[in-house]
Amino acid sequence: MSVIDRFEIHEHDVLVIGAGGAGLRAAIEASANGVSVGLVCKSLLGKAHTVMAEGGIAAAISNVDKHDDWKTHFKDTIRGGKFLNNWKMAELHAKEAPERVLELERWGALFDRTQDGKILQRPFGGHTCKRLCHVGDRTGLEMIRTLQDKGIHMGIEVYMECTITKLLKDNGKTSGAFGYWRENGRFVIFKAKAIVLATGGVGKAYKVTSNSWEYTSDGQILAYNAGAEILDAEFVQFHPTGMIWPPGVIGILVTEAVRGEGGILTNKDGFRFMEKYDPERMELSTRDVVARSIYMENKEGRGTPHGGAFLDISHKGADYIKKKLPSMYHQFKELADVDITKGPMEVGPTCHYSMGGIRVDGETTATSVPGLFAAGEVAAGLHGANRLGGNSLSDLLVFGCRSGLYAAEYAKKSSSNLKIDEQEIQLAEKEMIRFFENNGENPYTVHKDLQELMQNYVGIFRTESDLQYAIKELVKITDRAKKVKIDGSRMYNPGWHMAYDLQNMIQYSQFITESAIRRKESRGAHSRIDFPETDPECSKWNNVIKMNDDGSMNIRQEPLSQMSEELKKLFEEKELVKK
Amino acid sequence: MTTSMLEKEDTDAPAGRLYKRNIMKEAIFKIFRGDKNGGSEVEYKVPVEEGMVVLDAVHYVQKNIAPDLAVRWNCKAAKCGSCSAEVNGKPRLMCKSRLDDFDLNKEIKVYPMKSFPVIKDLACDVLWNFEVNKKITPFTPKGNTDWKMSQRDIDRVQEFRKCIECFACQNVCHVIREHDLKPKFAGPRFFVRVAGLEMHPLDNADRLEALKSDMGIGLCNITKCCTEVCPEDIHITDNAIIPLKERVVDRFYDPLRMFFRKLFSWLF
Ligand SMILES: Cc1cc2nc3c(=O)[nH]c(=O)nc-3n(C[C@H](O)[C@H](O)[C@H](O)COP(=O)(O)OP(=O)(O)OC[C@H]3O[C@@H](n4cnc5c(N)ncnc54)[C@H](O)[C@@H]3O)c2cc1C
Ligand code: SF4
Ligand code: SF4
Ligand code: FES
Repeated sequence: MSVIDRFEIHEHDVLVIGAGGAGLRAAIEASANGVSVGLVCKSLLGKAHTVMAEGGIAAAISNVDKHDDWKTHFKDTIRGGKFLNNWKMAELHAKEAPERVLELERWGALFDRTQDGKILQRPFGGHTCKRLCHVGDRTGLEMIRTLQDKGIHMGIEVYMECTITKLLKDNGKTSGAFGYWRENGRFVIFKAKAIVLATGGVGKAYKVTSNSWEYTSDGQILAYNAGAEILDAEFVQFHPTGMIWPPGVIGILVTEAVRGEGGILTNKDGFRFMEKYDPERMELSTRDVVARSIYMENKEGRGTPHGGAFLDISHKGADYIKKKLPSMYHQFKELADVDITKGPMEVGPTCHYSMGGIRVDGETTATSVPGLFAAGEVAAGLHGANRLGGNSLSDLLVFGCRSGLYAAEYAKKSSSNLKIDEQEIQLAEKEMIRFFENNGENPYTVHKDLQELMQNYVGIFRTESDLQYAIKELVKITDRAKKVKIDGSRMYNPGWHMAYDLQNMIQYSQFITESAIRRKESRGAHSRIDFPETDPECSKWNNVIKMNDDGSMNIRQEPLSQMSEELKKLFEEKELVKK
Repeated sequence: MTTSMLEKEDTDAPAGRLYKRNIMKEAIFKIFRGDKNGGSEVEYKVPVEEGMVVLDAVHYVQKNIAPDLAVRWNCKAAKCGSCSAEVNGKPRLMCKSRLDDFDLNKEIKVYPMKSFPVIKDLACDVLWNFEVNKKITPFTPKGNTDWKMSQRDIDRVQEFRKCIECFACQNVCHVIREHDLKPKFAGPRFFVRVAGLEMHPLDNADRLEALKSDMGIGLCNITKCCTEVCPEDIHITDNAIIPLKERVVDRFYDPLRMFFRKLFSWLF
């Protein structure tokens, strides 16, 4: 009997890891292209981060602002990303988002309507047109439910509450994945010719975050360990408006739609401070600018009682607020005892989104590992140094769809007798079981310290000395994390799950910090106190991280690919010279 | 907000927020610990903070006392429907259950949903719901539509689409809870889903036969318990179930209407 025979095995042409918007869209597309598809996720189906998205999905369908078109959306995205975007992705995204949104409607999604019965669009930060298709402030729920209900009728096999801990290869090519069932802790092997990673973000490494327990950078590290490259890890978005009081809700998101619908930011003196930082765009400036502005107000002593700013939408009237921002209304009423139809909310920045991630080909979403694809928040490139609100949900659909298509095509061409390496399996198993034999700390204690460190030293504002300090501390935390001790059995044991997640979070935190050290300028979401200016020279390269043959980390700066002449014409000459 | 400039030494204050954590008092929780083979209540003492919810208390226990305590959650803001449990016997979202709504001189009991088999501690096996959903005929658009719909026509459907699949209504409905008629009865959550499809202005499929037979809508006797527990305030009984029941009755039990319907079938 071989080692492999001890395990439960499933086989698919394409395995999609992650069942948020990107993963579901990928699975639907792969399935529509006639291959067998498996879909794995850590939570139950329909509970991925995508369900929490509130404000809307950006697509230039020009129902409200007639002059909007893909070129304008493209320009907004590139300007928002401070010219560090993968322009090919930004182009495809702007061109294909409208079709992907209309397709959702054809699958049963019901967006809010305009007077003449079309999909309604609202303004959002950094978008120069009213562009966000939405359903009140629960757009993500509408999107995930529509995709889910479409997907379950397509013969996609769904594996819920299953965590993948290792990608498997045969002769350098993708051959499958290894993981465990959360319910009973048993291990499972998936054989697959192609894999799409759609595992989402990294925010759980920070203390104040809008992200859930799932955001532990699993996909980024799975890919890195399999030999793929990590791009632009330093760009972590701090959303300007998270809840800051009471303690239990710190970090929970207050949607940008509040500002999109006319919400006003003031400091403790009632001054509308965005006048000072971005008089043109005011509250609808990009997230990096608004987050820094709130921070500066606090640093200079004009913060609100709990260290943030006031955000007021009450002038819009109770009926309007309850109709357009119902979940914000309930969130504040029930969790913070604040009636937002009567008075302001208190808000402050919260770690929200990762622009960096797995490096992919702009058209096919292929990584550098044959047979491995990535889409959604886990992939990098589209958003450059700063993501515009609403551009994530559209990203999920456009590149989720592309990844499903190209993974299916790859699988069809691939040989059908890929092998699973027994040694790899034994190693993967050992890596998970060893925690029960350890004698160190509780994994939650180590996690808390990691979050403290990242929040305080690799947060919104960075300096060389803070970053260097973080690097040293991360080494210590790595060591502690290896030794964490797990009690109890393998049955539904969150402590054990955390022990594994922790390794991923720490490794990715190192990527963030190492990349941040090398970017000696301020650009988009990356702000260096010691290098406050944007340096045009630094617009010419990306940070790329890859594993060396000996297992050590290699970080290098690689030139950005040049925008096509056609697209360059969309910008003014001086913008392109001084990026 | 980062603390890198403001408050580096004060590591316990959440990120730059200049207040002291004030621990008001302690609450006593009795949480079910066990699996399908049985279990028991275990007592945990949890320090109480302002604005705390039951899920915070469960997380406190998980982080500090029992890291293997199984619980589901994702959003912590009543958006994902993962954290349903029975708190002092009432089905609710733990992330929406404020401690200051409870008498903290008495213990707070937290149990998994009763109508589904327990997996471990607060996590139970809700797979059945996903199986029911698969059987519902999906959205089937009319041909030749320009996809225009007025807001007024979709308002009522949008109410149904607010469902976060917390399954609290399924848990509390006596047809499932007391009589365990699961295979014959789809439950309120899925009547809400079917209502959302049947009332979609552009849907063209017919699910009335399925509602009557496979989904057993006749077993519902309009007790409204489901509506009472819905965290999304969906009027499950009044807006979804009753109109669906009427449609079923019209179709299958009203001979006069049926006669006219046959006669004027081109009208319907
Ligand atoms: C509160 C909030 C509001 C937002 N609002 C908006 C908005 O209005 N507009 C917008 O454009 N964007 C918004 N965003 C951002 C956007 O929602 C996310 O970036 C997006 O949903 C990510 O989708 P995804 O498909 O990449 O990943 P997710 O939806 O997070 O899905 C990740 C999936 O991967 C699975 N997974 C992870 N690791 C593993 C593993 N090891 N093994 C197996 N499965 C795994 C998870 O279980 C999950 O199913 C918001 C984000 C938040 C947090
Ligand atoms: S109204 Fe019907 S579905 Fe709702 S709880 Fe009562 S019997 Fe169940
Ligand atoms: S209808 Fe309400 S109670 Fe039932 S699952 Fe949906 S949100 Fe929960
Ligand atoms: S954690 Fe999402 S509903 Fe409670």
